[in-house]
Amino acid sequence: MLNASLKELAARLSAGKLSSVDLTGEFLKRIKALNPRLNAFITVDEAASLAEARAADALRAAGRATPLTGIPIAWKDIFCTRGWLTTCGSKILSNFVSPYDAHVVERLKAAGTVSLGKTNMDEFAMGSSNETSFYGPVKNPWDERAVPGGSSGGSAAAVAARLAPAATGTDTGGSIRQPAALCGISGIKPTYGVVSRYGMIAFASSLDQGGPMAKSAEDLAWLLNAMAGFDQRDSTSLNREPEDDGRDLERPLTGLRIGLPREYFAEGLAADVAKAVDVAIAECRKLGATTVEVSLPKTRLSVPAYYVLAPAEASSNLARFDGVRYGYRAPRYSDLMDMYRKTRAEGFGAEVKRRILIGTYVLSHGYYDAYYLQAQKLRRLIADDFRKAFEACDVIMGPTSPTTAFNLGERTADPVQMYLSDIYTIAVNLAGLPGMSIPCGFGDKGRPVGLQIVGNYFAEAKMLNVAHRYQKATDWHLRLPPNI
Amino acid sequence: MALSLEDVHRIAYLARIAVQDAEARQVLGQLQGIFGLIEEMQAVDTAGIAPMAHAQDVTQRLREDRVAETDQHPLFQSVAPQVEAGLYLVPKVIE
Repeated sequence: MLNASLKELAARLSAGKLSSVDLTGEFLKRIKALNPRLNAFITVDEAASLAEARAADALRAAGRATPLTGIPIAWKDIFCTRGWLTTCGSKILSNFVSPYDAHVVERLKAAGTVSLGKTNMDEFAMGSSNETSFYGPVKNPWDERAVPGGSSGGSAAAVAARLAPAATGTDTGGSIRQPAALCGISGIKPTYGVVSRYGMIAFASSLDQGGPMAKSAEDLAWLLNAMAGFDQRDSTSLNREPEDDGRDLERPLTGLRIGLPREYFAEGLAADVAKAVDVAIAECRKLGATTVEVSLPKTRLSVPAYYVLAPAEASSNLARFDGVRYGYRAPRYSDLMDMYRKTRAEGFGAEVKRRILIGTYVLSHGYYDAYYLQAQKLRRLIADDFRKAFEACDVIMGPTSPTTAFNLGERTADPVQMYLSDIYTIAVNLAGLPGMSIPCGFGDKGRPVGLQIVGNYFAEAKMLNVAHRYQKATDWHLRLPPNI
Repeated sequence: MALSLEDVHRIAYLARIAVQDAEARQVLGQLQGIFGLIEEMQAVDTAGIAPMAHAQDVTQRLREDRVAETDQHPLFQSVAPQVEAGLYLVPKVIE
């Protein structure tokens, strides 16, 4: 059952061979046994999960089930879930029980999924290792000395350790893809605007996008179909005809043109990652694809552009945490200004404060043109690079991350080194393109390697097709960490 | 560019985050490193390039002028640190 796909679980639920209560109970048991080691969940509420499972079973008995009815999933703790603690990995929201559901949560609940709990994450999704969480770091199930990646590290570790069949994540600069890569699972960040941001606690609104994390491309297609859709409460939600992103899963890869950006295979890429990715690309050639070299010359510059734009948006978005309407308030203060300043000083962690300060600085008088405007112009050049590259290919492939999972504590002292671990993922968010990561082998230390697939706007079905065909020919996505 | 300790205090004040001197000095070192990375952007000639604010060319939608929300005052205030008679309480701002 640990490796059963959503399709297999749905078939067993539908045939009456399995109840949601039993299935949910099984995963709750695993969480109870393994979460003390991994710290993948911030909140688990067995009674609430089992009540949802019973409701799902009743819905099925009444003949009103969808294929996802009764399937338990875990929520990244950035998604507001009515009646559940929703912390965003921060002390400042450590007492926030959400009064409403995010759009994504509404949609998946309407399909009948069951909540398994809220997963750990970097505070406000600002981090690449899950070490900035107020709730402590998550351990990588493949090697507990290693980070799971971030910011959706809890979701990635939960799926990798089979504590949940699937989970939700969000990706602002790589936060679905990088932890998926480091934990050996599959994850997709859709085209910007495909999944509603309503009720997804904002980090950088022009980059944030929610998406599913699961064991396989097929599972991702199932979940993405349920998550995506127009929502008028998100002003950047795209009003498009609904489409089935799983429609092309089985299509052969014959004639597929894969673009290999020369900058993704240059200096800075670890040899063990390069080797696994090369083998994966050779496998795609065997499946009928051809490869062509492309160039994304602004790859390196996407990092500084991102570290201007994302903090600028964050400094504005996080202004709402002031100790007045919700969340933590400092216990002692002399006046209103003192209350704001102490509440935020005590409520935010070091990385979040750093980014708020960067954002405040680049938007302040006299610096706007040199930083914010320059970064927005670079963003245009980065998007243009992708547009040119896609004239020669159907999808772009490369490593998701320059290295396999690094050790806990290894990069916390040097923010710049930490930021550079997202060098292959950031540009995709700046351009607003869809990107995914699937497991494609292991590095020297036995830690997973991720293959990144980037598509053109709204090419999710094609990317999932490529990933699915690859997963039919390989079994990296079915490997289980030892000791779980 | 050289970020000073005074800059850190100024932006921390603008951002409404209290910082002590020792913390400010530590933050200064880290921000200098980060701005070293950010400065790499200045090497690119972007004359004539239109800034890109967003991935999609979307414009603000207008909605029909009708009541869409119900009053959820008590629910939303149930998560506030301090309320009284339907009002959010903060320290006195007017003498």
